[in-house]
Amino acid sequence: MSRKLPGFGLSMGIVVFWLSAIVVVPLVALVGKATTLPWEGWSRILLDPRTLAAFRVSVACSLAAAALNALMGTVVAWILVRYPFPGRRLVDALVDMPFALPTAVAGITLTSLWSPHGWLGAPLAELGVRVAYTPLGIVLALAFVGLPFSVRTVQPVLEELPGEVEEAAGLLGADRLQTLSRVVLPALRPAILAGFALSFARGLGEFGSVVFISGNLPGRTEIVPLLVMQKLEEFKAPEAAVLGVGMLALSFLFLLPANWLQTRLRRRR
Amino acid sequence: MSRGASADPVWLRRTLLTVGVGWIVLLVVAPILAVFGGALGRGGAAFLDAVFHPDTLSALKLTLLAALCAVPLNTVFGLSAAWLLSRFQFRGRNLLGTLVDLPFSVSPVVAGLLLVLVWGQQGWWGPWLSRHGIHVVFAWPAVVLATVFVTFPLVVRELLPVLQEQGSSEEEAAILLGAGGWTMFLRVTLPNIKWALLYGVVLSATRAIGEFGAVSVVSGHVRGQTNTLPLHVEILYNEYRFQAAFAAATLLVMLSVVAVAVKGFLERRAHR
Repeated sequence: MSRKLPGFGLSMGIVVFWLSAIVVVPLVALVGKATTLPWEGWSRILLDPRTLAAFRVSVACSLAAAALNALMGTVVAWILVRYPFPGRRLVDALVDMPFALPTAVAGITLTSLWSPHGWLGAPLAELGVRVAYTPLGIVLALAFVGLPFSVRTVQPVLEELPGEVEEAAGLLGADRLQTLSRVVLPALRPAILAGFALSFARGLGEFGSVVFISGNLPGRTEIVPLLVMQKLEEFKAPEAAVLGVGMLALSFLFLLPANWLQTRLRRRR
Repeated sequence: MSRGASADPVWLRRTLLTVGVGWIVLLVVAPILAVFGGALGRGGAAFLDAVFHPDTLSALKLTLLAALCAVPLNTVFGLSAAWLLSRFQFRGRNLLGTLVDLPFSVSPVVAGLLLVLVWGQQGWWGPWLSRHGIHVVFAWPAVVLATVFVTFPLVVRELLPVLQEQGSSEEEAAILLGAGGWTMFLRVTLPNIKWALLYGVVLSATRAIGEFGAVSVVSGHVRGQTNTLPLHVEILYNEYRFQAAFAAATLLVMLSVVAVAVKGFLERRAHR
């Protein structure tokens, strides 16, 4: 770190200009628009039963999907790092597909797959389980978009876990399951937690993959981003802005700890 | 592969492999196959009709235009921000870092809302602009701006750790030896970060091509004019023209397969 290097003024200029134009001014506009409403307006919108239900659906489904991803993402990361099986590179590449695939495409294809007439939905429908157009469908879509976040936070930590510790545990008389649960899992815990938080935060804001499969039933499968969209279409910009501020606050609540965990992980490596 | 792990009992290996690979097949492979199944369901001719429909092609054109505008802008920004944050100490550095990362944690729909509130008819500059005949929201400039917003932190995020890890001693040596700023950047910095930079560019392009929520709020869905490819897919689907929707979606699937392949290639190069 030194001032001897060139480019401070130029890069500062570019960053401040672009940051203001794209991020800061719009955020000020959001808060400004939201504060045109009096406090009664805020509480009327945020405490409206439909809003509360949408927040509940968004939070509950994102939590469920993040938990599912924490579990399955760890399993996938484990087999990718530890078991050399045929087709491993392909599976490794497939983990990135949910990030690369446009969310709208994910939305329509998951819906057609899991709807009562779809390849996977039809057999389930006969068993009486409905996935599309229920909260279960939302969880599935959010598990899809969150998968790479979980796998890619656990995988590098697992790669750098020293094998000696596990061997030592084995030599000291622990059986394999004890080693896994007492030695490996605690070492992975911060990474799993960070992946959980990232997947959860991504789920809260997710729109494209969810709107198709959720069915958007007010009070049951309607998510907050959709509510924002509707307010805008009804030309109720201030109300949309209040909901937007609420969503921002909620995601910061979870992203700040996640970012903190991630920087700690990076530093330790 | 450490010896400790190869000691996993066979039943555990089998179970974890089945569960892990099964989950990927169910969650990722099946949906991709379903896109092609839906697209080809009514035969090749219908598929080609939908892919080469003028509305599909104009949507593809706008999608690529938005990516071509957003990615270079954010690359220049990303290089500047990563340089600034990794090489200089100044007041407000942490705040700047947080703000740079912020778009990552904003829902795409809220991102679209932000644009409407600044550039739209109910926003700050919208009414003034439209009196002068400039339309941003519900026109292509808003599509570009939305794309810029959602891809904003991607390049910085890839560059910053690499620059921090490398330290500035090589660059300081170049300056001491009499190199100018641009020479130092082109000969010392750029070669060191080129793989991370390319990686960030690929990530941005991928996200730019696929963005839906933010663009959906600001585009106005004017067919043949402000429709990006993901929006076009949505409209076709909502009109119950499923086969055409999936046919258009195959274009996007193929673009993402290319992106994932390039990403894998870059990762292997960067590790070398």
